[in-house]
Amino acid sequence: MNNKKKTVEYGKYGYLFLAPFFIVFLIFQFYPLLYTFYSSFFYKEATGRGNATVVFGLGNYTNYVFGDKANGEIFSAIAITIILWLLNFIPQILMSLLLAAWFTDLQCKLRGEGAYKVIMYMPNIITAATIAVLFFNLFDVHGGVTYLLKVLHIVTEDQAKNLLTQGWFSLGLIAFIQFWMWYGNTMIVLIAGIMGISPSLYEAAMVDGASPRQQFFYITLPLLKPILQFTLVTSAIGGLQMYDIPQLFNLGKPLVEFHGKKVLSTQTVVMLIKQFAAETTAKDHGRAAAYSVILFFITLAVSMVFYVATSEKKPKKESK
Amino acid sequence: MSTISVNMEEDKKRLRFIRPIRIAICIVLCLLSLFPFYILFINATNASSRIMQGLVLIPGSSLISNYTGLLKRSTDAQIVTIWKAMFNSLIVTVPTTVLQVYFASFTAYGITVYRFKGREVAWAFIYAIMMIPTQVSIVGLIKVCQVTGLYGSRLALILPAIAAPTTVYFMKQYMEASFSVEIVEAARIDGAGEIRTFNTIALPLLKPGMATQAIFAFVASWNNLYTPSILLATNRDKATMPMFIEALKSNDKQRDFGQIYLGLAMSVLPIMIAYFVLSKYIVAGVSLGGVKE
Repeated sequence: MNNKKKTVEYGKYGYLFLAPFFIVFLIFQFYPLLYTFYSSFFYKEATGRGNATVVFGLGNYTNYVFGDKANGEIFSAIAITIILWLLNFIPQILMSLLLAAWFTDLQCKLRGEGAYKVIMYMPNIITAATIAVLFFNLFDVHGGVTYLLKVLHIVTEDQAKNLLTQGWFSLGLIAFIQFWMWYGNTMIVLIAGIMGISPSLYEAAMVDGASPRQQFFYITLPLLKPILQFTLVTSAIGGLQMYDIPQLFNLGKPLVEFHGKKVLSTQTVVMLIKQFAAETTAKDHGRAAAYSVILFFITLAVSMVFYVATSEKKPKKESK
Repeated sequence: MSTISVNMEEDKKRLRFIRPIRIAICIVLCLLSLFPFYILFINATNASSRIMQGLVLIPGSSLISNYTGLLKRSTDAQIVTIWKAMFNSLIVTVPTTVLQVYFASFTAYGITVYRFKGREVAWAFIYAIMMIPTQVSIVGLIKVCQVTGLYGSRLALILPAIAAPTTVYFMKQYMEASFSVEIVEAARIDGAGEIRTFNTIALPLLKPGMATQAIFAFVASWNNLYTPSILLATNRDKATMPMFIEALKSNDKQRDFGQIYLGLAMSVLPIMIAYFVLSKYIVAGVSLGGVKE
């Protein structure tokens, strides 16, 4: 009773403690988001001789997004971003699941588990920009890895001369780098999830004669579902914003064919936004804003799917 | 009885076969993690001409000439030197980390300790905005920075850290698990002020959780390329480490590989040392993501 009285008395201080967060959020995140939406309606129309007038309306959407004026660059960038994400996420989740199952296998303890985790996670913490430039140089004509591939006859002398100008190769390599940087992280998250599953379930299964494989598919996987969903969505949202590595990887101008047009195989959506938002040669904030709005709605759709998928499970849980 | 012994026999056989395979695959993956960095550090000590001949596996003697070359390259290209870039990153990253972790704890404390109208809504809101990426509002952020005069200033990178929903989320999780509101209520000095109570009583108790979040806040800010390269674009003097790395990228046939690798190596070394010192806490911190739902 006494306790309750106290919290009522002090309750109003809650607003004081939330104020800094919400003020800064309004200024640096919420207003910028609204302003970006607003900006997307300012269409910069060239009137010749380097002059332009600004027209309020749907010009950016009708011309650049859904029109022919930009060759549908936003859609090819979306396609490339999604392909890059899929190529890294599918092997990443499979590898992480496999390793997490191994590291939590009580019958087959691997010595030095801690060291493996530390080393496998390491690439995740290194500056992505550094990793991109490092790999670019390793796979260059004179790069160490290119030399190795040549000696092992994996690539021919001719191919080795311009690995990084080849669209699909560059795309695959970026996906590999992402995989290499993130599987350790996902693995650690999944291990923590598996450790959270009650050991009595496994004991009961063992008494009933379930094989390790059966235990994995009938206990581990179903109970890991919420964490797998969470991993999927955070990775998808992060993947949609992919920037650092492809941005530093486009020097070779690798091209792929998309709808009959040659497009840069490393051009992600955020790179496109940055190009029109910040690069002096191409500055067009309306166009950058329109692309941002498209990306925002795609991201929103992905998170909505997540909320729907998890909220139907919520009532069954006792806590939280 | 017999089925169990058969199972154990099978298990033994299985283990004898399976364990070496698992260990081998783990070792291969570890080598894959380390190999690019090994080549990086080796190449940093070798001359460009030697690096171009193939895969060099032993250290060379060109470390010093690579270093002087790297500094000269910065002067020639009129970009900041690597030391200046490191300094620039540090004076952005340290205040960012401090503000982010302090105010995340501040906000999480407000939600955990006080019962007020709109508390649930505020919490649901913070949870929801975790999903909104900052990249999509960059046009508006540029505008805000221009209007407030923060464009080209480091404050534009530092101040937004006060509203970091993910850090708030983890601090709230931490408080729910290992912080008792009763302690604060019992220790509350009447008339001492709630903020002072937070600073003197709650903060020391939250230190372990804050330390973990500080590591991740530091790493995220240190590695960030996107926002600094846009908001500091007009002020090359303030270029951060990832911006310096971006300036190192080159497709030029005449480029000096020794210098490039040395620049990359110098950017990796401090993080790597810090990582191996703190790895226990970092791996434990990553695990937190797995006990979320």
